[in-house]
Amino acid sequence: MPARRVRASAATSAGESAAVATAPASPPPGGAAASRVRRLEPAAIGAVLSRELAVFRRYWGSTTFSSVVEPTIFLLAFGFGFGALVSQVAGLSYIEFVGTGVVATAVLFSSVFPGLFTTFVKRRYQRTYEALLAAPIDVEELVTAEVLWLAMRAGVYGAAPLLVAMAFGLDPSPGMLLVPFIGFLTGFGFAAFGVTIAALAKSIDNFNYVTSSVITPLFLVAGAFFPLDALPGWAATLAEANPLHHCVELVRDAVFGLRPGADLLHVGVLLAFALVMWRLAIWRLRLRLID
Amino acid sequence: MRILTAQAIADEGDAEVLGHRLPPDSKAARARCGVVPQLDNLDFELTVRQNLSVFARLYRLPRGERAGAVDRALAMANLGERADSVVDELSGGMRRRLLVARALVHRPELLLLDEPTVGLDPQVRAELWGLIDSLRSQGVTILMSTHYIEEAERLADEVAIMAEGRIVARGRPAELVAEHVGRDVVEVYGPPRELEAAEAQAEGAGFATRRAGPVLAILGTERSNGALPSGYRRPASLEDVFVLLTGEEVE
Repeated sequence: MPARRVRASAATSAGESAAVATAPASPPPGGAAASRVRRLEPAAIGAVLSRELAVFRRYWGSTTFSSVVEPTIFLLAFGFGFGALVSQVAGLSYIEFVGTGVVATAVLFSSVFPGLFTTFVKRRYQRTYEALLAAPIDVEELVTAEVLWLAMRAGVYGAAPLLVAMAFGLDPSPGMLLVPFIGFLTGFGFAAFGVTIAALAKSIDNFNYVTSSVITPLFLVAGAFFPLDALPGWAATLAEANPLHHCVELVRDAVFGLRPGADLLHVGVLLAFALVMWRLAIWRLRLRLID
Repeated sequence: MRILTAQAIADEGDAEVLGHRLPPDSKAARARCGVVPQLDNLDFELTVRQNLSVFARLYRLPRGERAGAVDRALAMANLGERADSVVDELSGGMRRRLLVARALVHRPELLLLDEPTVGLDPQVRAELWGLIDSLRSQGVTILMSTHYIEEAERLADEVAIMAEGRIVARGRPAELVAEHVGRDVVEVYGPPRELEAAEAQAEGAGFATRRAGPVLAILGTERSNGALPSGYRRPASLEDVFVLLTGEEVE
């Protein structure tokens, strides 16, 4: 059969030739690191962050637009819609209640969705991670940098709804300065959650399962738009396990007055969530990236 | 290739790069290597210069040396005039050269090229050959995998022919050709039946043959005393060696 011979000469899968072009003299080693082999090197994390920053300069406009417009729409819709029906919720005016609640949803959306989509695209379509891992960067540093970056973004964009709410009548308070840190901590956990799912997913369509069954309930049952006391007992108990609920509570306390005992608990839950998700994301992405 | 950058772990055996054992010391090894991947993984939304700057930093060049290193890599890949173009606007050939430049920005001691010319048109491939050859003459050690045997023959000082994951022959291209094939090859063209007859005749006379579609190549014909089918005579090539050593096993 000629076909067989043709394939043989075209040398497809079975045969491969490796060519070594060795030069007579080897050049002196360049400025590259000699042998600094440690885990989680700041230089490695900083380098991956600098890549993110360079790319972000290209698309910051659209991200910033949506992170300001989205809370505005939430505030308009809920503020005027529900606000006309309810004047006071849990001792706050409805605009105060929703204005602080929307911080948590802004943090959630600006961390979990990029965690899901950009991670998947960079791994699967752009092969960015293959390029980064060929450099002296380990998966642990890669994941840490990616999650740190999204957490920082979530901290900044999480504050946007407060600015919008102030335009609608929310009084500024010094505690608001804590909000970006709360956004960072919450965003870290949710970004790592997104990275974990992106590492597990075989196709981008798989995200629909997670969005419908996990993210939407977390977003609705966090106490951002309505207080959880109205829910049946079991649902209220479940909501206690929702990290976003702790974020909502912490933001309200920061803005309207801290309650040290309760707030330490909220911080503890968010911290534990962030730590667990961080390690999970590293574990799952390593399994996916290293054969 | 993926084992050399620790993106794959060997099931058996040991791997060592520049004296670093893999995978435990792979980070140190990676710092001293440059990698040109088979599939383009440039940051397409960044400019040429930004792509190089990011990698200068990823490879830990000190801050003060980065700008100079980027300029040097731009010059090597002849991309100076396109430094501020976004990658998306570059031609396929320029993207390839940028991939090579990116792998060189930190002056690696070893450059890994994973089928760098796959899918390129002939002009771009020739352009890339020129770049690879100039690197070689500047003293960069290059390890390249390729399916284009002609490319290995032209560029390489030493070739290892692999079949099913094992090295079946290794040496200088000319030595491999002389050892396995000889000096001359006669190519016979014709309809399948004639080729079969010619094949039988040549093999009867003790010559190795290979079929490539409509062509029968009779190898090592300089040893002939005239009892061979007539055809077109050409010098033996590395591709003859390659097919001889690996081809018959291809299914």
